[in-house]
Amino acid sequence: MTTSDKLIQMVIAVALFFGVMAVILLLTQRLRSRNGERVQAAAFVLPALLLILVGLLYPAVRTLIRSFYGAGPFEAPFVGLDNYTRLFTDPTQLQVLRNTLFWVILTPLLSTGIGLVYAILVDRSRFEKAAKALLFLPMAISMVGASIIWKFVYAYRSAEGLSSAQAAGGVDQIGLANQLLTMIGLDPYNFILDQPWNTFFLIVILVWIQAGFAMTILSASIKAIPDDIVEAARLDGVGGWKMFRHITIPSIRPSLIVVLTTITIATLKVFDIVQTATGGNFGTSVMAYEFYTQNFVSGNQGLATAIAVVIFVLVVPIVIYNVRSMRKLEAR
Amino acid sequence: MRSKKMRQASVAALAVAGLVLAGCASDDGDTSETQSAGGTWPGDGNSNCEGLEQLADFGDLTGTTVGVYTSILSPEQEQHEASYELFTECTGAEVSYEGSDQFETQLVVRLQAGNAPDIAYIPQPGLLQTVVGSGLAVAAPQTVSDNVDEWFGEDWKGYGTVDGTFYAAPLGANVKSFVWYSPSTFEKNGWEIPETWDDMLALSDEIAASGMKPWCAGIESGEATGWPATDWLEDAILRDQGADYYDQWVNHEVPFNDAGVAESLDRVGDILKNSDYVNGGFGGVDSVATTSFQEGGLPILDDNCAMHRQASFYGTQWGDGVTVAEDGDVFAFYLPTTNEDNGKPVLGGGEFVAAFSDRPEVQAFQTYLSTDVWANEKAKATTTGGWVSANTGLDVANLVGPIDQLSAETLQDPEAVFRFDGSDQMPSAVGAGSFWKQMTAWITGEDTQTALDNIENSWPAS
Repeated sequence: MTTSDKLIQMVIAVALFFGVMAVILLLTQRLRSRNGERVQAAAFVLPALLLILVGLLYPAVRTLIRSFYGAGPFEAPFVGLDNYTRLFTDPTQLQVLRNTLFWVILTPLLSTGIGLVYAILVDRSRFEKAAKALLFLPMAISMVGASIIWKFVYAYRSAEGLSSAQAAGGVDQIGLANQLLTMIGLDPYNFILDQPWNTFFLIVILVWIQAGFAMTILSASIKAIPDDIVEAARLDGVGGWKMFRHITIPSIRPSLIVVLTTITIATLKVFDIVQTATGGNFGTSVMAYEFYTQNFVSGNQGLATAIAVVIFVLVVPIVIYNVRSMRKLEAR
Repeated sequence: MRSKKMRQASVAALAVAGLVLAGCASDDGDTSETQSAGGTWPGDGNSNCEGLEQLADFGDLTGTTVGVYTSILSPEQEQHEASYELFTECTGAEVSYEGSDQFETQLVVRLQAGNAPDIAYIPQPGLLQTVVGSGLAVAAPQTVSDNVDEWFGEDWKGYGTVDGTFYAAPLGANVKSFVWYSPSTFEKNGWEIPETWDDMLALSDEIAASGMKPWCAGIESGEATGWPATDWLEDAILRDQGADYYDQWVNHEVPFNDAGVAESLDRVGDILKNSDYVNGGFGGVDSVATTSFQEGGLPILDDNCAMHRQASFYGTQWGDGVTVAEDGDVFAFYLPTTNEDNGKPVLGGGEFVAAFSDRPEVQAFQTYLSTDVWANEKAKATTTGGWVSANTGLDVANLVGPIDQLSAETLQDPEAVFRFDGSDQMPSAVGAGSFWKQMTAWITGEDTQTALDNIENSWPAS
């Protein structure tokens, strides 16, 4: 399909949307009674409900059903809970669960922690804007881009592979991290290979991206703390740590929760970093990535859908909590 | 106009009836009924269409289009399209080419959605089995079957056959049993191309003693990380245990953790996990796992390593200004054998032409692709080199690159025992899953038996 074809399609789609809305409006505008209002509301809500039904509920139910069947893409036998059993007993899958746990615990805590400390440190300082922009920049880089950047940072070369003549001249590291290590006299280290530490080096990438997000939200929230509260606390002789502990944290608590839960949800779905940096090898796979490889590479749709269901089950309570906290935040 | 439509409809009805009848008599129905559009083929009397007389039976196909779905992308796409011009000239049918880098995934999705392409170029026999399982694939017509009997070895026909029915003719091919080296470095140091595996190890020792790492390797390839190591193992099994054992192993009639497999994997380990031998230009044994397969052989250019085992298609990785030739900067030799009794095994890969429609133009195109005429057309259209076929009617002189010529000679060698890449034939849970993963773990320290046991345990039950 050429670009102009696509543009024409887009225009048709937009026109169609306005057409449907106009028809609904025309049909329902004459109904002015109480019941008429209900019909009016229904006319606008129903299409949306229908779309949710077709686009969200139906695939979700299909996925759930599919997870009780075997591997094949075209014909698969009913296997009951076998896929789930495998998910929680197979050593490779257990490692995936363990890694996901590391990600979900560490990323939100580290990102929020770094973001919060940074926000407080630069608050009302002279170079606040520039400093904030610096930490926020990684947010503008795509996950894949960031992973490639860090893959270069972690790149590893060692003298072992060189012929004796060339080894005498020293090894040229192309990775920043290993160059720093060799500059302070340490041996180069293969960051993405050594288990289980490689998972933590991958987590660093996501923290690098998400800390900026945490910092921005929290910084805004800190600035919104009413001056009179801060002043009253000062007059009572509160300062430093006590101010942080008893004034700042309670005041920004709702924002903190939103930031933590939002990053947790993003972390449960992390896929790009693992895919780009290691391809799930060397014991670094996580659930979202395992779902992809099982479905599209290894052709095991049964296990893949089971993983998808488990991710869904894990995300739902966090989403509910997140939405509730957001409502509270808006209500204030 | 109306009468023409009626005629088409009646032809179609007859064709369907013929199909149903053919389906009823299905025991010997290994091929699809040949369809014809009627009329005289446009190639009649055209001297360019000599050798393609089979296409006459399909009639005048002017105005029809054959859709091709494939993983082969630009710039190779243009070379493919150029080789189809003769088909259009001789039959009148157009070919619409659609390449996708998500081909393997999307083909299955399209079949599930009932949106099958006319023709798909399938790069793995395992995937062919999967798509035949959809029930939408159409058996190859008699003309294609005849051509494959005439121009290809029996082994190749077997890889296009599922459950006794022949579906897909071979298209392109590649040879994996190659070791890349630098002819000039070899000459300078007085090294000889080894004739046996033991010679190769002796040469490796000699090179190691000179202070250079004899081997370099890289098996990193994103989600497919580990595949170059699976090729190593397959090559070793073919040489140690022979082609029959190899077939049994691929089909799981011999368990994956059999003693013979372990012996061959240890043989590979003597090179790939030997810190005296690897990993030239990159680091220790571990660096094999983190070096991308594209980079794996490049240290040969800097004299940081002497040998790199990789398929013929690695020829495109060397970059501009590097001459790939027997007297050039880099070239390849045949990976030597370990046991004379097992002949001259050649490990390789290739694509297969599967059809999901039996319209006359689709069958005509299948027929065209299986001829020696097309193989030579494609060779001439591939002006940059990097393409070869196992078609014995392919004139080696029509190939451009020296490595393509070497590949074609290797494939056409009457002594050669060709076997398709085993991981491409195994169920994808193994061939595109545990086999890759465990070979990667094996390189980074896992012992041979554990790796093979883990793969054996992952083999799907059915």
